[in-house]
Amino acid sequence: MRITIDREVCVGSGLCVLIEPAVFDQNDDGLVELLDEGPLTDAGGTVEDAVQRCPAAALGITPD
Amino acid sequence: MHVPHATDSAAQSMHTEFPEFPMPRSCPMRIPEKYAQLRAEAPISKVTLQHGSTAWLLTRQEDIREFLVHPQVGTDRLLPGSPLQVRLPVGVPKERLVGMVGMDGPEHLARRRLVLPEFTVKRIRQMRPRVQEIVDACLASTLDAGRTADLIEAFAAPVPSMIACELLGVPYEDSAFFLAKTAVILSRNATRPEQENAYAALLDYLEVVVSDKEREPSDDLIGRLIGNLRASGSYDRDLVLGMARLLLVAGHEATPNMIALGTVGLLEHPDQLAELRADPGLVPQAVEELLRYFSISDQATFRVALSDIKIGDVTIREGDGVLGLNASANWDSEFYENPEVLDIHRDVGRHLAFGYGPHQCIGQNLVRMNLEVVFSTLFARVPGLRLAVPAAELPLKNDQIVYGVHELPVTW
Ligand code: SF4
Repeated sequence: MRITIDREVCVGSGLCVLIEPAVFDQNDDGLVELLDEGPLTDAGGTVEDAVQRCPAAALGITPD
Repeated sequence: MHVPHATDSAAQSMHTEFPEFPMPRSCPMRIPEKYAQLRAEAPISKVTLQHGSTAWLLTRQEDIREFLVHPQVGTDRLLPGSPLQVRLPVGVPKERLVGMVGMDGPEHLARRRLVLPEFTVKRIRQMRPRVQEIVDACLASTLDAGRTADLIEAFAAPVPSMIACELLGVPYEDSAFFLAKTAVILSRNATRPEQENAYAALLDYLEVVVSDKEREPSDDLIGRLIGNLRASGSYDRDLVLGMARLLLVAGHEATPNMIALGTVGLLEHPDQLAELRADPGLVPQAVEELLRYFSISDQATFRVALSDIKIGDVTIREGDGVLGLNASANWDSEFYENPEVLDIHRDVGRHLAFGYGPHQCIGQNLVRMNLEVVFSTLFARVPGLRLAVPAAELPLKNDQIVYGVHELPVTW
């Protein structure tokens, strides 16, 4: 799977960074940035958890 | 949409057929009992507010999440349907009065992004050593002063206050002054002239702070905000004042309540507290569980429908006020097994203690870090800490928008 991000709507909560710091980061403006463009496997479900918990629906998952 | 701005929600007609809101909590360890009943029997229903107007209550997590990200939902508290529980003064420019929390869409996002860099996970981590110093110093002076204390006055209030003042660049020595003004602004019992005077005094005070920083650049949040706005050629003093007021109040209001209630929660669960002491690695997840469990800001997620919107099978009409009760969402048994049980090992998942949607608390990572440092330090340094009165006798803040206890007498 791959992650999609939408910086237009990101509100910089940093929740994704807290949940899965190997995949998500925040740039200097506080907006989401991908550290790993994928393809990813989400063994522990943390990536999906981050996508679910994003308060701005700025994250998405697409299959490979 | 064409909804005129209201000057006083009391002008609206009385509706007494609906239950009253807010609903009191009966014990520091419980959210209002009525929420569970509503969730089961009438998850979307109407209530009567203090000044006589009505609003919808949302009680289920799914509905609240759907509602808080809905594009036709607004935060403008000057709209007549807004279920804001305090009356705002008239005649203050909107930018100063409500700032970004009362704005929506691109307008809100643009303001939020001006200060977002100050609150990233990385920036907050860099503040941790300084927060530890503040916590250590405050705790040392609490312990030096005797064997008992009101933990709120001695520790839970000054710690976040010092942090907020330092971050913003506002002198901590003035905190008693601006806290007294804020208390009047947020009081349900103050008269309108009292509130207007307090508001004016607070803004006058901040105006001095801001004009000092306009003259002499400072390396703090307000100073950087001024510098960045000037650099982009869009300096606006009202914006800076509104932001300073908002962040100052927000930085003082909620964290003391979470420190106090979290302390009560852990002291009332000695087994879990012992585990926490033995393994400080458990602290971050314990903090999330405490945030979920107490959900002190359940009245803060209030909105107005900007057009007719359908949530579940209920149509909320344009102009209606809506409260999305995050305490109810956080105790929704669809999402949590035995939600009324405090369990630091729980997978807290998607709790809504910081709200949800574009207005989700901007300071949430600062709050998390502050609570982590506080709880890990407090319980390690004061092994004999205990409540000086039974938890059931603590004076509850049912009279305030952000929930907590008025005092927390402890001994060690
Ligand atoms: S969780 Fe969502 S809103 Fe928060 S930083 Fe990540 S992408 Fe942005």
